[in-house]
Amino acid sequence: MAGADGAAGDVMEIQMGPSHPASHGTIKFNLRLDGETIVDVEVEIGYLHRGFEKMCEQGTWNHCFPYADRLNYASPILNNVGFALAVEKLAGVTAPERCQYIRVIGGEISRLTDHLTCLGMAANELGAISAGFYMLEAREFLYDLVEAMTGARLTVTYCRLGGVMKDLPADMKERTAGALKQVRRILTDCDRLLSRNRIFFDRMVGIGTLSRADAISYGLTGPLLRATGVPYDVRKAEPYLVYDRIDFSVPTGTSGDNYDRFMVRMAEMEQSMRIIEQALANLPEGPIAITDPRYFLPPKQEVYTSIEGLMNHFKLVIEGQKVPPGEVYVATEGGNGELGFYLVSDGSGRPYRVRVRPPSFYGMGALGDMLRGRMLADIITTFGQINMIGGECDH
Amino acid sequence: MTVEALLARVAALVPGATPLGGEVARGQAVIVLERRALPAALETLRDHPETRFEMLSDLTAADYLGRTPRFEVVYQLYSPSLNHRLRVKVPVPENDPAVPTATGVWKSANWAEREVWDMFGIRFAGHPDLRRILMYPEFEGHPLRKDYPVDKRQPLVPERDPITQPWYPHRSGAA
Repeated sequence: MAGADGAAGDVMEIQMGPSHPASHGTIKFNLRLDGETIVDVEVEIGYLHRGFEKMCEQGTWNHCFPYADRLNYASPILNNVGFALAVEKLAGVTAPERCQYIRVIGGEISRLTDHLTCLGMAANELGAISAGFYMLEAREFLYDLVEAMTGARLTVTYCRLGGVMKDLPADMKERTAGALKQVRRILTDCDRLLSRNRIFFDRMVGIGTLSRADAISYGLTGPLLRATGVPYDVRKAEPYLVYDRIDFSVPTGTSGDNYDRFMVRMAEMEQSMRIIEQALANLPEGPIAITDPRYFLPPKQEVYTSIEGLMNHFKLVIEGQKVPPGEVYVATEGGNGELGFYLVSDGSGRPYRVRVRPPSFYGMGALGDMLRGRMLADIITTFGQINMIGGECDH
Repeated sequence: MTVEALLARVAALVPGATPLGGEVARGQAVIVLERRALPAALETLRDHPETRFEMLSDLTAADYLGRTPRFEVVYQLYSPSLNHRLRVKVPVPENDPAVPTATGVWKSANWAEREVWDMFGIRFAGHPDLRRILMYPEFEGHPLRKDYPVDKRQPLVPERDPITQPWYPHRSGAA
């Protein structure tokens, strides 16, 4: 048909995705194109919906941690920590200090892997394949750290209600220093390859722009919002864990385009590394979990040698932690922005309602407005900078 | 502003707002509103210089099966300029599960309300494009309702030609 929506020429309908070689993540764009200009776009999500919220209502509170890992699988520890903080707020317990430092360290390593995934893939999709693989190489050094901490690279299930699963390895400081040195070297290379690259510049500057007011109205958070100049970072706005004792800055952009989003993420990685170094330097000795028998499993020694320990273990595993009735909404800074959990407990051992506020869901909601009137090829860069993670967006 | 001061301010600004205090709220600012106060009350909260909730952080619902009214729509508001939060809860009865839309107040309400419709079957009156978002159009039922069995199977759906039967017939020029 011709001239629909008052556009000049013929409008062509194209469906891009849900499995398209130039986009990572299952997502479908129903496009109406005039030549290569996007007249209208309809973004379809939901291809990776796994019923996270429904599944969480079936098990105990601790059963939800593995599911939380799989929300944003580029930064599993951040999801773990976010969920743990929400349940702890609901239960009225606070994790010991050493545990809080460990969570900060793990979380920031996860933020680095998240940003590296996003930027590496974004570079890759623009043809900068070497830079893309350099970033993935940097991610490998960090995954080695995650593996040393948690025993797994991706599906870590590291946090528990009131603590973490195990302590840091004894040589964590040396390992981290080695890994961060490599990451810094690679990031310097990538910065030289990309940040002032003509092709990269032309594909990113002024593309996917969203005004500050629109970004706030769309509920954008994280690097997408900070690229428009709003310094909203949950770690600063409502400090949790020990972020108020750590010196770091919140990088912001000015124009809210893809290039600013890229630069904000690059700058945030350096801040994350600073946070890791400070947290490691100030890491206190002490327990890594609470000992409250209502919420935390007793040590195995007690389970096998005393009847009280055995009963305690049995009750916690079979009936779950009886979190007092009530509700909370706890926001943390995830890899892509405000990662919030809204939890309702009815006092039984099972969650009554678990709601995750996935940051990339709201990013995707704004994608249509970022793309309308732009070129077909701009979809790839803009979608890449939203860093939509299917598991999180479709939860 | 402390939580108490914020709640007092909100109660003065929005007629009919009941602060939800006590142990249930865990020290967070929560109010309960009747649905007929929407969306005017939300607009006031967004625009008033002392509240300035310019961001709808999240919008979701909860199903309290067996309680009257059965549903609750939950708005998580955040003010980037004043750095405070408020949770607005709106009870919704089972026999008429509908709430006025907030899409005119915040743009993020668009997709969030579609998700609540998809998952809970709560309609948002005046929403420009209320259809499923995570599930497919042929899906039967609303999975996050408490009476939706977790192991329920869905019927097989015949293959649909996406050109002649698009997801969004009212928008497509082809249909």
